[in-house]
Amino acid sequence: MSGVGQIVDRHLGERGELITILEEIQAKYSYLPEEALRVVSERTGRSLTDIYGVATFYKWFSLKPRGRHLLTCCLGTACHVRGAPRIADELSRQLGVRAGETTPDGEFTLETQNCLGGCALGPIVVADGHYFSNVATSAIPRILERTKEGLDRVDARTDERVFPVEVSCARCNHSLMDPGSQLEGQPAIRVTISFGQHHGWLLLSSLYGSYTIEAQHEIPFDEVANFFCPHCHAELRGASDCAMCGAPMVPMIVRGGGVVQICARRGCRAHMLDLNGSVS
Amino acid sequence: MINLTLNGLPVEVEPGTTLLEAATFLGFPIPTLCHMEGLSPYGACRLCVVEIGEGPRAKLVSSCTYRAEQGLKVRTSSARVVRARRMVIELLLASCPQSKTIQDLASAHGVRQQRFRQEHEDCIMCGRCVRMCEEQMMAKAIGFQGRGEHRRIGTPFDKRSEVCRLCGGCISVCPACQLRCTYSDPDKVICGGCANLAPPCLEKPGFDDLMCYMKPCVACEISK
Ligand code: FES
Ligand code: FES
Repeated sequence: MSGVGQIVDRHLGERGELITILEEIQAKYSYLPEEALRVVSERTGRSLTDIYGVATFYKWFSLKPRGRHLLTCCLGTACHVRGAPRIADELSRQLGVRAGETTPDGEFTLETQNCLGGCALGPIVVADGHYFSNVATSAIPRILERTKEGLDRVDARTDERVFPVEVSCARCNHSLMDPGSQLEGQPAIRVTISFGQHHGWLLLSSLYGSYTIEAQHEIPFDEVANFFCPHCHAELRGASDCAMCGAPMVPMIVRGGGVVQICARRGCRAHMLDLNGSVS
Repeated sequence: MINLTLNGLPVEVEPGTTLLEAATFLGFPIPTLCHMEGLSPYGACRLCVVEIGEGPRAKLVSSCTYRAEQGLKVRTSSARVVRARRMVIELLLASCPQSKTIQDLASAHGVRQQRFRQEHEDCIMCGRCVRMCEEQMMAKAIGFQGRGEHRRIGTPFDKRSEVCRLCGGCISVCPACQLRCTYSDPDKVICGGCANLAPPCLEKPGFDDLMCYMKPCVACEISK
């Protein structure tokens, strides 16, 4: 639970820190483990009773482990009159679990909520943070299927928000592209990383906005790695730190001008592209 | 000082005085349930309603939480207040009929029937025990959990709390529970903390200085 300590320390003293802390813990473990809440209580000096009260007050927080995918069916007033109970029943029939339960294979957790803020588009089903509106019972198999495939996966050919970038080392200017390794149908970016006792290669998708990686050694969640150029072996380390988590940013020169920076922390999604920038 | 009228009587009170305090001091009785001297005002039961203001702008407020205001006109037992109070008692009876406190209130206010669906809760969410534990016993072992109809009082994760010293303060202030304390063990109606001959309080250092409401307590009898 050392990660919990870090999460708490990061937000200590903020206004309304508790909810932010609980949200981050839940993002990390998919639920709020008891030990984690005890750590929060210790570090923030709040009584466990209060923290438990908050954790049980909000439906968003779960004290039980959730499955890989979270399906939330809205049963709020607007969705209710548009037939949400039928959707909820159908979901629970197809998944074979009741609301609040997780399928035995750990794939889906089904939950219901009272209003998800999209009343005009009801009935609403939210799968892993993606909203499906005007849901009919006939649409449910497709929603389940797509959720299982992964709704965060982007289709590089049709999605205009993703585009490939070609990058090179900021020090030796050698290209970091590796045409021999493909990720998502594009040549991948190859760098060397080290963390803990491990040292090895890392392939990054060259699609800007994609988080697909492949690594020689499994990188634990939240680990901050050091990035190196595989050619000149210089450390790729920017002057600035990640605005989201405080880890160092890793700069790479974009072919055609500019700099792209990615956060060195596994799981942190911060990145930025500065087409006029240069490495300071 | 603040000047206000209580049942037509001009009175003067210190700033910050609640209407309940003012009325009690002047001898106008107001029934209360969740209010308790020594605990912070909470305003959960609404039994202490009084009417303030005049004419169409008159409204009902809970006197235990409402602070005196300059020129305020307060009626502690107008017809509207009495009706509201009876309704509150009737609703309390509907959820918790076995409570002696509520039964007594009902007879004192002439409530003869209860027209709602009968429930048998053992808690009316007055929050006395929660405040007692936190404010007087400095323990915060119990608190509110959940929301809406799932709201209840208990210890985190429904486990025996480490900060609970079994002082019994929560039980002693409870106006509703007839089952005495069940702590975290729902199977047992009586926790037996005192009677199991190994009372946890004996092991805690400095327990002599702490208040205890368990009377008679087996632990104390043994250690004598
Ligand atoms: S009622 Fe379903 S989104 Fe508001
Ligand atoms: S005594 Fe005032 S609301 Fe309960």
